[in-house]
Amino acid sequence: MLAAAFADFMQQIVAGLASGGIYALLALALVIIHRSTGVINFAQGEMATLSTYIAWTLIANHGWPYWPAFVATLGLSFLGGVATHRIVIRPVERGNVLRIVIVTIGLLIAINGFVVWQWSGEPQQLDSPFTSIFEALDIPDIVDVGGVAISMKDVGTIAVAIGMVVLLWGLFQFTKVGLALRASAVNPEEARLVGVRVTWMLALGWGLAATLGAVAGMLTAPTVGLDPNLMQALLIYAFAAAVLGGIDSPLGAVVGGLLLGVMLNMLSYLSQYRLFDWFTEELRLPTALVIILVVLLVRPAGLFGHPEVKRV
Amino acid sequence: MRTLIELDRVEARYGPVQALHGVSLTVREGEVVAVLGANGAGKTTTLRAISGTVARSGTIELEGKALRGGPDAAAKAGVAHVPEGRGTFVDLTVNENLRLGAYTRRDRKVKEDIERVSEYFPWMVERGGQRAGTLSGGEQQMLALARALMSRPRLLLLDEPSLGLAPLIVKEFFRTVRELNEKEGLTVLVVEQDARIALASSSRAYVLEVGQVALTGTSDELRGNESIRRSYLGY
Repeated sequence: MLAAAFADFMQQIVAGLASGGIYALLALALVIIHRSTGVINFAQGEMATLSTYIAWTLIANHGWPYWPAFVATLGLSFLGGVATHRIVIRPVERGNVLRIVIVTIGLLIAINGFVVWQWSGEPQQLDSPFTSIFEALDIPDIVDVGGVAISMKDVGTIAVAIGMVVLLWGLFQFTKVGLALRASAVNPEEARLVGVRVTWMLALGWGLAATLGAVAGMLTAPTVGLDPNLMQALLIYAFAAAVLGGIDSPLGAVVGGLLLGVMLNMLSYLSQYRLFDWFTEELRLPTALVIILVVLLVRPAGLFGHPEVKRV
Repeated sequence: MRTLIELDRVEARYGPVQALHGVSLTVREGEVVAVLGANGAGKTTTLRAISGTVARSGTIELEGKALRGGPDAAAKAGVAHVPEGRGTFVDLTVNENLRLGAYTRRDRKVKEDIERVSEYFPWMVERGGQRAGTLSGGEQQMLALARALMSRPRLLLLDEPSLGLAPLIVKEFFRTVRELNEKEGLTVLVVEQDARIALASSSRAYVLEVGQVALTGTSDELRGNESIRRSYLGY
């Protein structure tokens, strides 16, 4: 009885980390753009949906194997993100922040409309990235670890999310272009003086964010089904994760995402007990909104957003 | 000495407000040249015109080649601009600031240069991992100077380095600048409110008034000039 409860509990933790990893990727995309452009990109979710449809088209209509399609989609998403900044965002960047926000909302509606027009609203089935790998390596879908049944797809999702985060961290921390990206985000005027071409760095940030979103979309679609509103709920979770971790903190986005995923799954798990029996799956999204509200009221900087430390 | 940079009737404006009304000046290789003047005379704008951070007209030639385009082009051409109010990235570490200083360079000697530059600022070695924002004002100004050196500049532009610093620190800063000038042949154009230290540290100077050059001469001459003494030196 107790062992079964523990196994169930552990499964929920792993599943929570898997969905949390996806929230973290999209939250990271929001944070990257917020740090460089200073706004929340409301179109982040729709850009990811578009990317996922491109992957689906390559696989389903053009017969590409999964992983080449995955990589091609990341490349196209990166270019798309760069182009979005150059063509749509840059012309309004010098004005009021509100203008950029409105442009990203317009972008959201435009991309959503385009997706429906191009692929119709019918749900489609996208393969899981892990099916082919598991078949090749002869890994079962469920692995029993000391009595706990672990879904290998969840493990794969967590691994991809961690891999992306580590890659990005390495890029920011150890490369010249990463340093220039950070410099452009914290002090664009100064960055220009040392010779950084700041507008290109901002465009690069949009490209990276679009790439992260594409990964999040391709990890999500296989379990929930691909439809034009694929990322809308996910964007709310990503907001909650980013706000929880601190909207200016990449580390915060990752921790916030994982924390949110585990927290929501814990609530689902606990709902079998009397005290939490009011919690149903329909309350997942409202819970995320409550988290956004509470964090903004109690600790607006989030868990990892530090107040400016400066000696003058 | 060869002419390093030449400004010929340079005008600059911020929107409708014209800040420079035809400034002409030259700096020769290996010189330290000071620009003096009251607030609003156009000292900072002169530097900004050179580094391309303000809309300008007229000609600016660095080693005979016209400087055009924005600050990234100027940086590439060898102009290192230390702006007013400590040009450091406060959120980045000391080492990251230094690495950014070398951004325009394509060679692989950046690490060696960090060591070479650190000889002038020994404290930076052990505090390389510290965030620049947690340094004292004087240390930040030194870091801004060190970062500018990392680009191996042809011309160093310093804007009001004494601003908000204790007199002793200002002295040390200018001593370092002179040392760099003597040992490394660094060419410097410095804008400064503190005319006394600026004239003591430079070989020539220009005095700006309402966006134009009002007076020029060697620093010794200007120090002896009656009106300069009254307006800028105050004795």
